[in-house]
Amino acid sequence: MKPIAIVKPVLFAAAAAPAVALAWNAYTGDLTANPVDYITDQTGSWALACLIVSLGVTPFRRLTGWNDVIKVRRMLGLFAFFYATLHMLTWVTLVSFFDVPTMIEDVTMRPFITVGMATFLILLVLAITSNRASIRRLGRRWQTLHRLVYLAGLGGVIHFWWLVKADTTEPQRWAVALAALLGFRAWWTWRTRTLSR
Amino acid sequence: MLIGKPPDIRYSEITPKSLYLRRREFLRGAAVAAAGTAAALTAPGLVGEAEAQYAAPGKLPKITNFRKSLLSTSEKPNSYEELTTYNNFYEFGTGKEDPAARAPRTLKPRPWKISIEGHVAKPGVLDVDEFIKGYTLEERIYRLRCVEAWSAVVPWIGIPLAEVIRRVEPTSQAKYVEFVTLLDPVQMPGQRGRVLQWPYVEGLRMDEARNPLTILAVGMYGEQLTAQNGAPIRLVVPWKYGFKSGKSLAKIRFVDAEPRTAWNISAPQEYGFYANVNPDVDHPRWSQARERRLGEFLPRRTVVFNGYGDQVAGLYAGMDLRRNY
Repeated sequence: MKPIAIVKPVLFAAAAAPAVALAWNAYTGDLTANPVDYITDQTGSWALACLIVSLGVTPFRRLTGWNDVIKVRRMLGLFAFFYATLHMLTWVTLVSFFDVPTMIEDVTMRPFITVGMATFLILLVLAITSNRASIRRLGRRWQTLHRLVYLAGLGGVIHFWWLVKADTTEPQRWAVALAALLGFRAWWTWRTRTLSR
Repeated sequence: MLIGKPPDIRYSEITPKSLYLRRREFLRGAAVAAAGTAAALTAPGLVGEAEAQYAAPGKLPKITNFRKSLLSTSEKPNSYEELTTYNNFYEFGTGKEDPAARAPRTLKPRPWKISIEGHVAKPGVLDVDEFIKGYTLEERIYRLRCVEAWSAVVPWIGIPLAEVIRRVEPTSQAKYVEFVTLLDPVQMPGQRGRVLQWPYVEGLRMDEARNPLTILAVGMYGEQLTAQNGAPIRLVVPWKYGFKSGKSLAKIRFVDAEPRTAWNISAPQEYGFYANVNPDVDHPRWSQARERRLGEFLPRRTVVFNGYGDQVAGLYAGMDLRRNY
């Protein structure tokens, strides 16, 4: 049996675990004294984590030569979209209580929410066009469209950085990881172009 | 400046001005009555009033010799669990549950020295228990509003700062009071990092410090303060954002210039000296119009001065609270 047949389900379970843990904590009433903030923080963090890891798949593939690993990229991207959706829905329902004027004000007047909403919309478009039918229909344009995932990664990090009060340790770590991954991509592209001359 | 939104506190809660002006008389009378009643009720087998109220606190030494105050809100306090597990105390980490997990292990609230310094006739360094012994303790159930837009109701036990000020006799040069938290990276491991400048410094104008609402809290829920709540002694200024209420105080200094405070140093455009709760003055990055009371799902509208406008609005008459945020 090929290793990817084990790796993919294991990775699925790992990516789903935070959601299961959150549901369990909700059931046992263990969501800290401020459950709404806790749920918002957790779903946001895991969305960003899945996104950054999904951005690491191709560099990992290129460094190891293990082509099969590409099969987990879409799954991780969709998990990022899953957590981002929960995060956004938490904001709509539990933070804003469907109060449309307040939500409009938040999205237009709070820069970190503007960036967050834009990032969510990018992930939405990417999720909708993630199936094979879309890849076939869009052809070369699919590749161009899905380069937006880099922008989503950047948006996620900025959204996080701009909402923390003073402790930028976590957003900084994600920023470094993102920079490393994007840097690797840029280097690889330069390298491929130079070597093929 | 009060904008015409109805306050979230009921009008029945607001102390009538006539009663408020006669509060010391009232309290003296109530204390005498209570003492008589307590003497009658604390016959063997009957529980004292203070103990009965706090059914399930923690394991710290109890405080029972306190009297009630008209300045307490009638709103129900948050649970002991909520108040002792959800804290911002960056000296022990920046997660909300970090202080509860870490502070009790390393912070040693006793023995503790508190130093009164600066432009006063009677400065000095005292053991904190010696310091507290000289004052009558009062229960003050206050609303607390964090700048992060969550809030709680806390049953503090403490002493009016005004009484402390009266006794130390500040000179005419004392224009502000500065509150300095302990500086000790061994007891407070978070101080090894630089998320804020240490020691944590806060300050009040002399009239704010003398306001009847301002207290030095030494207990909560009928017992001594937990480490994570700022043991052994902390400031509580209920009409300002919570970061103004410095914890684990080592020094109280009477100074002539407005102190540079920890959050103001960290982000001057976001955290000012006054930091009065004000739904009309947003934080640069988020709104201050609403807040989430711990334990509740529905957000509440924030009330200017955290609902204590009757007692403190006069301190800021004529001030532009948008500029003096």
